[in-house]
Amino acid sequence: MEYKNYPETHEIELQLNGTSQKLTISPWTTLLDALREYFQLTGTKKGCDHGQCGACTVLVDGKAINSCLSLAMMQQGKKITTVEGLAQGENLHPVQQAFIEHDAFQCGYCTPGQICSTVGLLNMKKGNTPEEIRDLMSGNICRCGAYANIFKAVEEMVQKEVSGTP
Amino acid sequence: MNNFSLTQVDSAEEAVKTARLSTENNRYIAGGTNLIDLMKYRVENPDHLLDINRLNFSEISSLPDNGLRLGATVTNADTAYHQEVQKNYPLLAKAILSGASTQLRNMATDGGNLMQRTRCYYFYDTATPCNKREPGSGCSALEGFNRIHAILGASEKCIATHPSDMCVALAALDATVQVTGESGSRSIPILEFHRLPGDHPEKDTNLEPGELITAIDLPEKGFSQHFEYLKVRDRPSYAFALVSVAAALEIDGSTIKDIRVSLGGVAHKPWRLPEVEQQFIDQQATPQTFEAFAEKLIAGAKGYGDNDFKIKLAKKSIVRALLTALEK
Repeated sequence: MEYKNYPETHEIELQLNGTSQKLTISPWTTLLDALREYFQLTGTKKGCDHGQCGACTVLVDGKAINSCLSLAMMQQGKKITTVEGLAQGENLHPVQQAFIEHDAFQCGYCTPGQICSTVGLLNMKKGNTPEEIRDLMSGNICRCGAYANIFKAVEEMVQKEVSGTP
Repeated sequence: MNNFSLTQVDSAEEAVKTARLSTENNRYIAGGTNLIDLMKYRVENPDHLLDINRLNFSEISSLPDNGLRLGATVTNADTAYHQEVQKNYPLLAKAILSGASTQLRNMATDGGNLMQRTRCYYFYDTATPCNKREPGSGCSALEGFNRIHAILGASEKCIATHPSDMCVALAALDATVQVTGESGSRSIPILEFHRLPGDHPEKDTNLEPGELITAIDLPEKGFSQHFEYLKVRDRPSYAFALVSVAAALEIDGSTIKDIRVSLGGVAHKPWRLPEVEQQFIDQQATPQTFEAFAEKLIAGAKGYGDNDFKIKLAKKSIVRALLTALEK
């Protein structure tokens, strides 16, 4: 198939992990590719690249989204937080700490997405039953099958009513 | 995906005008969850995208007739968790929350949900014929793997199903779709919004070229007492429906005063037959009545091999959903 040539690029400004960042990109650059290829924020992972696995999950205005299905241009003016933006200096976010304490990962590839989804879940103030936690976390696949411990980490955060933001 | 240009439009008039005047190969984009995915598979290859997120369609508001207006760019999540929707339209909330994942519901919009395209494997696979993707090329599902395909209202050109859960509830609730286009604005009843494939499966809806969805209106009557959204699928979360049922009842004692049943996963559009519903008003709400209803709603159902099981599954699911709604 022939590619049409669109020479124009756009200068955009993203609110990324608390700082304003400028970038010149083509319209078809996804938020995921912008994060990884232009800002070197490689914590956010590319798994399926089709919104099925959740490895690319980031927070936009406190809500978990699939960055692979979003165009970077369309996220201007919103507060974007990646896994790199969760810790306060050397202090891990409580969710990150809980994942360590519960040994909630094996290979670690899905972990940034799982953690961002957990923070999003805490912001939603949902997950009052084990079934609801499992349902609301079903957009994050773990191919190692570490679900049992991921669930424990998430459940502890929900029960302790930990604050999710940023 | 292919290269394209993108405009962020500031008014509906500008959007509609640009959509018609620039190139014919335009698409509106809101949440993008389905469109971007299809573009990555090269099923959709637009030259130009019109981002409509800056338009003023991002709120849920009350209507003068006590109904509720869902702005086209309100997200599915914000709709399902909205206080008024939870209280007066729990059927809609349950349907939305049974679909997709948290991340997708946080991105996907109400207007976009109506515009979802089928999940037929052959529609996605550009190496195979598909009349919906490439009119005239043939239907690979007819003689191929068709476990997820239609049993009602299909044609020899296409046996794809509409994948939405939200639309199934909207159909049961008699929602109205507000659209605007070059020749002005109009309202489309939800049952007339999507179409059966017939000879033109490439057309999912009855929208005119360039027409833009601005809102979805819910009438006052929300069936908040007797309702059920039953979704039958291969796993209990994050999967499309094999069969889904939106059931709503109004009951006086044990007499049916109103009955609405809409099916997902079985046809090219949410499957609802108001003329059948009319026949059951003032009948007794019993399992036997519901079985008779189910027979009439799926009369003429036809399997294509792998999906034959859906006929019995649909019948049983209708009865179960109605009994659950009744017992609420």
